[in-house]
Amino acid sequence: MGKIIIDPVTRIEGHLKVEAVVEGGVVKDAMSSGMLFRGIEIILRDRDPRDAQRYTQRICGVCPTSHSMAATLNLDSAFGIADKIPDNGRILRNLILGAAHIADHILHFYHLTALDYVDVTKVLNYDGNDPALNSVKAFAQRGELGPFVPRYEGDYRLSDQGNINALADYVKALEMRRKAQEMLSIFGGKMPHNCAIVPGGVTEVVTIDKIAAFLWRLNELRDFIDNVYLPDVIMVAEAYSDYFDIGAGCGNLLSYGSYDLDGKDPDLTRRQRLFKQGTTSTDLKVGQLDTQKIAEQVKHSWYEDSTTGKHPSQGMTKPAIEKKNGYSWIKSPRYDGKVYEVGPLAKVVVAYADGNPAVKPLVDSTLEHFKAPPKALFSVLGRHAARALDTKIVADAMPGWLLQLKAGESAYQPYEIPDVGTGMGLVEAARGALGHWVDVKDKKIANYQCVVPSTWNMSPRDDKEQPGPVEQAIIGTKIKDESNPFEIVRIVRSFDPCLACAVHVVTPKGRTLGQFKVS
Amino acid sequence: MPTSRTEELPVIWFQASTCTGCSVSVLNSVSPSIKNVLIDEVIPGKHVNLRYQATVMAGQGDAVIEEMEQTADKKKGAYVLVIEGAIPAAHQGGYGVVGEKGEKPITITSHVEHLSRNALAIIALGTCAAFGGIAAGAPNPSGSMGVLAFLKQQKITTPVINVPGCPPHPDWFVGTVASVLLKGLPNPEELDEHNRPKAFYGKLIHENCPRRAYFEEGKFAKKFGDPGCLNELGCKGPVTYADCPLRLWNHGVNWCIGSGGSCIGCVEPGFPDLLAPFYQKLSDEALPVVGQGKRG
Repeated sequence: MGKIIIDPVTRIEGHLKVEAVVEGGVVKDAMSSGMLFRGIEIILRDRDPRDAQRYTQRICGVCPTSHSMAATLNLDSAFGIADKIPDNGRILRNLILGAAHIADHILHFYHLTALDYVDVTKVLNYDGNDPALNSVKAFAQRGELGPFVPRYEGDYRLSDQGNINALADYVKALEMRRKAQEMLSIFGGKMPHNCAIVPGGVTEVVTIDKIAAFLWRLNELRDFIDNVYLPDVIMVAEAYSDYFDIGAGCGNLLSYGSYDLDGKDPDLTRRQRLFKQGTTSTDLKVGQLDTQKIAEQVKHSWYEDSTTGKHPSQGMTKPAIEKKNGYSWIKSPRYDGKVYEVGPLAKVVVAYADGNPAVKPLVDSTLEHFKAPPKALFSVLGRHAARALDTKIVADAMPGWLLQLKAGESAYQPYEIPDVGTGMGLVEAARGALGHWVDVKDKKIANYQCVVPSTWNMSPRDDKEQPGPVEQAIIGTKIKDESNPFEIVRIVRSFDPCLACAVHVVTPKGRTLGQFKVS
Repeated sequence: MPTSRTEELPVIWFQASTCTGCSVSVLNSVSPSIKNVLIDEVIPGKHVNLRYQATVMAGQGDAVIEEMEQTADKKKGAYVLVIEGAIPAAHQGGYGVVGEKGEKPITITSHVEHLSRNALAIIALGTCAAFGGIAAGAPNPSGSMGVLAFLKQQKITTPVINVPGCPPHPDWFVGTVASVLLKGLPNPEELDEHNRPKAFYGKLIHENCPRRAYFEEGKFAKKFGDPGCLNELGCKGPVTYADCPLRLWNHGVNWCIGSGGSCIGCVEPGFPDLLAPFYQKLSDEALPVVGQGKRG
């Protein structure tokens, strides 16, 4: 029996360690640990509630926009203006969030994921005239290959031409994700950490030239998504098709839904959204989202057992470092007592199961291409495919939203901060369901809680001993080469973990974690 | 064109207590592009050899920690250390762990101490690395501090250039690196009293703000979306030193005040506590008198 420890797991956001116990070439047990504490929620206490938008973005520099959305939806509801945001404000928020997801998903597939599947060194065999590829070849010939080596070796399956094409697209994608952030900044002010999304709406004023500037960048990005990103995902999936059977996970999916199509319903769990709120599982039956069913369990987290089972709005954080059952600083959010995965897979499959006309044909044609049943979506490649389709679906919706903007009309609703109020903000971050809860007293933040996607996905075992989604996805996996455990990092990265988000609330007081090597 | 005599400048980019926003911001560099920075000679004959950068590098686990440590040992005094994120110093560094050695986790504080001692110079990238930033906001639960403050405690005297901003503009980082490649470490007179390059942090936002004329005329925005100076909405441009209004962000498409959102002073040593509440008007005493360069 051996233990594989990968610390740090790179090409994710944050500091993550993964341990897997391997017996007879199969993972018998798995644990993931977040390794950094900052305490943003503690820092938020007693501050001006309006500032939460600025602070919570700084939980994560990869997905700040989603935090700004969750924070403002949360504050809108606490301030009693959830149903009063002008249409321009609602639409601008959708456009800013959509741009962020396009940038994030391109970054995730090419720059965080692709190096697990693409052999960059094959550029040495390139003999064409593309200046970008030739400059990479010259770089490779100089022999100082950082940051592309060291790396795992032995399971790169693309043809030479496939590797070279993917490398060219990796370089192109660097430019495209940058342009997506530029597109975002037209209405968001700057990226990372936008300044335009605020409680009440958006500070930016809509003008025709900005609509046009946004649209032209969007057109270029849609061209890239359709003709480069989606084909590259398919190329990788064809070469690594066994990954449709690897990393299935828990089989339950939860989505808060995203992109408000109507802002008049103050209840975010029922508001009409491009992607519907709800739950589903391998049976593809859709359940109505009920946030009262969310509770955070702590049996195997280093927190006092008395705090288990609390709804996030009542969330408490009381560290219990010596707790024998504990092995993680991440709590275990559960829905109706069950383990749920969040992320683009959940967002897309809930909409698919609901028969969304913008989603269903795309998913069906993807499954048809691989002659695969919907069950194949629950896999490493299913997550990458869902993420790519998520990108296309929102990018295709955005031109229509742009045309709904009314130049010269306000995007902002003034308000007074109430003495007392409670709020909830629900949105889909690039990594999945993101919820913020606030309790305002004396016009200040009395309590602020975030339950983020990676807390769901990276959670440890719960009170009923059910392993978290990533743990379930790793357990049972066959490892071909324990020195190069590609399977584990490919599974973990398919969830797009964001550790700065997941461990924003933990309090690891100097604990020394037990460490082992592959033995 | 690459030359046969390319000089490699080894760089270790270490992420301490960070949100990764600084890395993402540098990915947005336009000229040079991030591809130019990673692959090409960023200055003719000179290549930035990025040997450790957790967001982009291919490897993981023990192999990359070893690569980082070998660079620190074999390239002693010859590599540039970029630190992103604050140094979480509470509980003997137990709040931040990156990798392990033998049977022990390696704390961020011990990494930073080891890597700093042998570096040619350190670029403290972003406000967290420079001054503590958001992570050090009251009550500073993780005991976070900036690199320079931490090194002083450790009696390490390696030169530190602060390139703050939450996040920093990619030009501020690339420009600082290019300057080191071209002519070595900056002279003391090229840095301000907070070790920031004056080239980027020499002027108040307020001095070059396109809404300045409104300020002079007394035309103030009363709510977001209004034309006018954003002073009454809490703008911190009058106490913030950066060239944002001239340089603009994200390929020049916009910037904070350009979008009608106010400046929050994210490059300043007091960020966030001395600048917050972000939407509360500055006291009149804090407003600078033009030409006197009063510090916020």
